[in-house]
Amino acid sequence: MRLQPVGEDALLLYLGDSATAATSTRVQAAVLAIESVLGEDLVDLVPSYASVLILYDPLRTDHLSVARRVRGALHHLHDPHAQPAPPRCVVLPVYYAAEVGADLESLSARAGLSVQEVIDLHTGTDYRVYAIGFAPGFAYLGEVDERIAAPRLATPRARVARGSVGIAERQTAVYPSDSPGGWNLIGRCPVPLFDARAQPPMPVSVGDNVRFESISRERFLALGGDLA
Amino acid sequence: MSMTVLQPGPLSLLQDSGRRGHHRLGLSNGGPLDGEAFHYCNRLLQNPAGCTAIEVSVGGLQLQSQVDTWICLTGAPMPLSINGEERTLWEVHRVSCGDIIHVGFTASGCRSYFGVAEGFAIEPSFGSTATVVREHIGGLRGERLQVGDQLPCATVMTRKRYYLGERDRPRYQKTLTVRVIPGYQQRHFSRVAQRRFFGSTFHVSERCDRMGYRLEGPAIACDIDGVLSEGICCGAIQIPPDGQPIVLLNDRQTIGGYPKIGAALSLDTARLSQLVPGCSVHFAAIIPHTAHKALRLAQRFALQRPLLERRP
Repeated sequence: MRLQPVGEDALLLYLGDSATAATSTRVQAAVLAIESVLGEDLVDLVPSYASVLILYDPLRTDHLSVARRVRGALHHLHDPHAQPAPPRCVVLPVYYAAEVGADLESLSARAGLSVQEVIDLHTGTDYRVYAIGFAPGFAYLGEVDERIAAPRLATPRARVARGSVGIAERQTAVYPSDSPGGWNLIGRCPVPLFDARAQPPMPVSVGDNVRFESISRERFLALGGDLA
Repeated sequence: MSMTVLQPGPLSLLQDSGRRGHHRLGLSNGGPLDGEAFHYCNRLLQNPAGCTAIEVSVGGLQLQSQVDTWICLTGAPMPLSINGEERTLWEVHRVSCGDIIHVGFTASGCRSYFGVAEGFAIEPSFGSTATVVREHIGGLRGERLQVGDQLPCATVMTRKRYYLGERDRPRYQKTLTVRVIPGYQQRHFSRVAQRRFFGSTFHVSERCDRMGYRLEGPAIACDIDGVLSEGICCGAIQIPPDGQPIVLLNDRQTIGGYPKIGAALSLDTARLSQLVPGCSVHFAAIIPHTAHKALRLAQRFALQRPLLERRP
């Protein structure tokens, strides 16, 4: 564990060096502990793969006080009897097809697999939400089976449709809104990943598990999916 | 009850003090780039801190008032006129229903803040009206102002005609020293690279916007290409593989994996955002304790300069 000031109102807590489920579990536990120990002095938190950015109010407190309290709170986390809450599992429906997944066929060909095998591999894994960023609601999920891992496109697309499901290296994600993007697109999810008016605005948060479920074109449309 | 946008200029955005507490959804802060000028806009108008105003970049805003109220423009010296009559910045002015307000293009600096008494009444989104165009969040539709937009605001009869004395107004220079708290991947920059970073002159490039200011200068080498994506605070200074620093600002992405050498003091990113391409920047290292002292001093003095009152 490493805790260092990184700005006038920020400390970065490192809980590991690699993106593993065990580290992510520690990140999730640290977030809860930091929230309860800092109270009103806490302005915001950014959990990620192996770190938590802690933003505090520098007019109310300072980095020394924040660091002392965070260390104290984390000390209790090493309690061997403390069991982290089991992760929540969220199922997201996906229509896997070339008409909404422009790279589905090329990815299958490169992997030497049939399209159905790619779909089976993508739906056959429980993914963990490691981080949320890039854009509102963009959740980085890992890890995909190495047989369907694929490098980012050499030239990113100017527009990737909202709901598109993509793969980059061993990560997968659903684009929450229309945006530029360089991930390999294999399908589309009809459930909004970010809705400013919904409560909560996102169906998933960092530390949750996500499983994809293959659905038909009819079901995709019935769930409000958009083919455009 | 509103003001109508006749001309928005290249980039005019509704901003309050910014969005807090939603980084976990991937939402950035938004909010005014120059917090000092924004603060004075509301303070002069006798508004509560953080009321919604318009951040005008470069200039070119024209409005028609449909209400009797009071206005104020602070920040970069953009020529202000009401019905063609020139008015001073950093001062509260009366406007009446039908008046045309024009904010011209600036000769120096880059951002100004146009406020009305009681602020613009905009529906907040995630607790804030701050417009972040990249996220399509805040403002009227998550977008910059457009011709014909109606900006709701109240009829206000009485306000003191405050102004800030000439001596107390900030002067926006073409050179700036940015104080930096070293951190993040600092240890992955060699001593030579760090000396080069803190000892060289950089210039503001054409690629400067609300997400970040990209600077040009001697390339700063880092031992590593990147790190596991981690949280990015406002002011963080990212060094991509080409070695040209980017000071990340209010509309930055919340996480990223490029190496960072530290983070700039907010008082200085405010001044940085007033620079235009070609202006020069130096960096100076400070420790967090010095940063906190500077912030407290600013809170007590720089933001509390006495307001003068114009008597009719």
